[in-house]
Amino acid sequence: MLRAIVEPGFWGSSAVQLAAAVGAVTAIVAGCVGVFTVIRSQSFAGEALGDLGAAGGSSAYLAGIPSLWGFLGVDVAAAGVMELIGIQRARGRDLATGIVLGAGFGLAALFLYLGTIYNNTTGVTVTVLFGSPFTLTPSVLPLVAAFGALALGAIVVLYRPLLLVSVSPELAAARRLPVRLIGALYLFAMALAVALSAVTIGAILSTALLVGPAATALQLTRRPGRAILVAGLIGVGAMWLGVLLAYDSYYWSSSHHGWPVTFFVVTLVLLAYIAARARPARGRAR
Amino acid sequence: MTAELLATDPPATSAPALGVEDVTVQLGGRTVLDHVTFSVRAGEFTGLIGSNGAGKTTLFRVILGLQQPLAGHVGVGGGGRARGDIGYVPQKFLLDPDMPLRGRDLIGLGLDGHRLGIPLPSRARRARVEEMVEAVDASGFADARVGQLSGGEQQRILIAHALISRPSLLLLDEPLANLDLRSAQEVVQLLSRIASEQQIAVLISAHEMNPLLPVMDRIVYLADGRAASGPVEEVVRSEVLSKLYGHHVDVLRVHGRVIVVAGTGHDEHTVPELAADGPGAVEIVE
Repeated sequence: MLRAIVEPGFWGSSAVQLAAAVGAVTAIVAGCVGVFTVIRSQSFAGEALGDLGAAGGSSAYLAGIPSLWGFLGVDVAAAGVMELIGIQRARGRDLATGIVLGAGFGLAALFLYLGTIYNNTTGVTVTVLFGSPFTLTPSVLPLVAAFGALALGAIVVLYRPLLLVSVSPELAAARRLPVRLIGALYLFAMALAVALSAVTIGAILSTALLVGPAATALQLTRRPGRAILVAGLIGVGAMWLGVLLAYDSYYWSSSHHGWPVTFFVVTLVLLAYIAARARPARGRAR
Repeated sequence: MTAELLATDPPATSAPALGVEDVTVQLGGRTVLDHVTFSVRAGEFTGLIGSNGAGKTTLFRVILGLQQPLAGHVGVGGGGRARGDIGYVPQKFLLDPDMPLRGRDLIGLGLDGHRLGIPLPSRARRARVEEMVEAVDASGFADARVGQLSGGEQQRILIAHALISRPSLLLLDEPLANLDLRSAQEVVQLLSRIASEQQIAVLISAHEMNPLLPVMDRIVYLADGRAASGPVEEVVRSEVLSKLYGHHVDVLRVHGRVIVVAGTGHDEHTVPELAADGPGAVEIVE
């Protein structure tokens, strides 16, 4: 019966195993970090990191190094700049920020164009912007695990002060907590999470994995610790199911063109969010 | 000249829970607090009364150590100040209704929110939180999301959050500002009970003194950055307040309520910060 759902070769494929492993690590990190992104209303900052990361990922391709390094370098640098000029809570209507982000995408467009010309790799654009977990090389897994552990470790260590700062900076300041420093450290953890997400589901949609499962979890539980667990589980579920469906989709039509993993992951995340929101109000208080 | 304004403080038998001595604060070249001196003792309920912009929040920031005074000194608990020595309830507390945080989670953060790491489940911690939930009569809503509670319910949770670390001083910044009359009375009664039962010094700021009159042991009256302090009947008098404002001010007592009236009779000056709060030249502290 399993055969009907899972197409032949799925379990034995090393590409599938790698995509599932990298995807799981990424989803756990994104869910854990993302709960605070939603609580702190910083999804705009996450979106900005994702957009700027596109320039990083594409320049890495041009330089011939793994795109993860490009995403990481640009996202961490961008987090530093955002912290310095204090735009992390800025909203979409902030024109200057929009122009800077536009310039980031402009750079990405240039790098991707050059990459296509010199390296003759037309898949680069799709890979950087929308992700392509089946084309990952095994050497990326230890890197993803290491940077994922760094981001998770930061959240675990900062958990209580970060929660208090996110609930009320005034309460935190009254307890002599370094509000600004905690916010800055969190922003760097978010930069790591966005960079990891970008490797898996692409730069543009990296915030979907950060914010989507977290926003869903917030509907399902009223405890912060549980919200983190639920967000991680939803993320891993969407990622694995997305990998499975993308693999299966190769056999859906006779032409054998598989659909991208990112499409399935993002759609599943959206469906989970809609389902959570549609729950009866009484249940939502749980 | 400020010294003359001070109604006589009875000699302190023990070290005060809070001693503010000759504190002067300038912000952007403007003198916000001008040689403010007063003290609060354990078990006393003190109202810090003044119109908007009189310097109440700045005074709290100085007491909390968040604002360095230009001159003067603040002593808390009779000696060196430790974290948790001051319980603080901030003025504006707005939480997203979706925030995954129960009332008892926020109370627990008052105990160990400044510590790193994830809180380990412990029976002692749970019992202490439960004790505080009962102390503020929050049993009925301590398991609901904080962001979905009413203003009065949130105040109770915040008071428990502030008290759980067993401070010697409790500061509340305009806790009655957004409450209906009944909730305000309940919160005032609760604070009065806590002050006497737990021998905590309570300093509560308000722009209106009448809700506090039944329980206020002493008053600190702020106007134009200058303060007069002492028992209510000694401070809220025409001579004292006229001197404080630098204009003639009448104090009327009507049905147990106090109304401070500026600019009537021979003095046509209105007190700007008073008039701004009420219709015409009348009303004021009310």
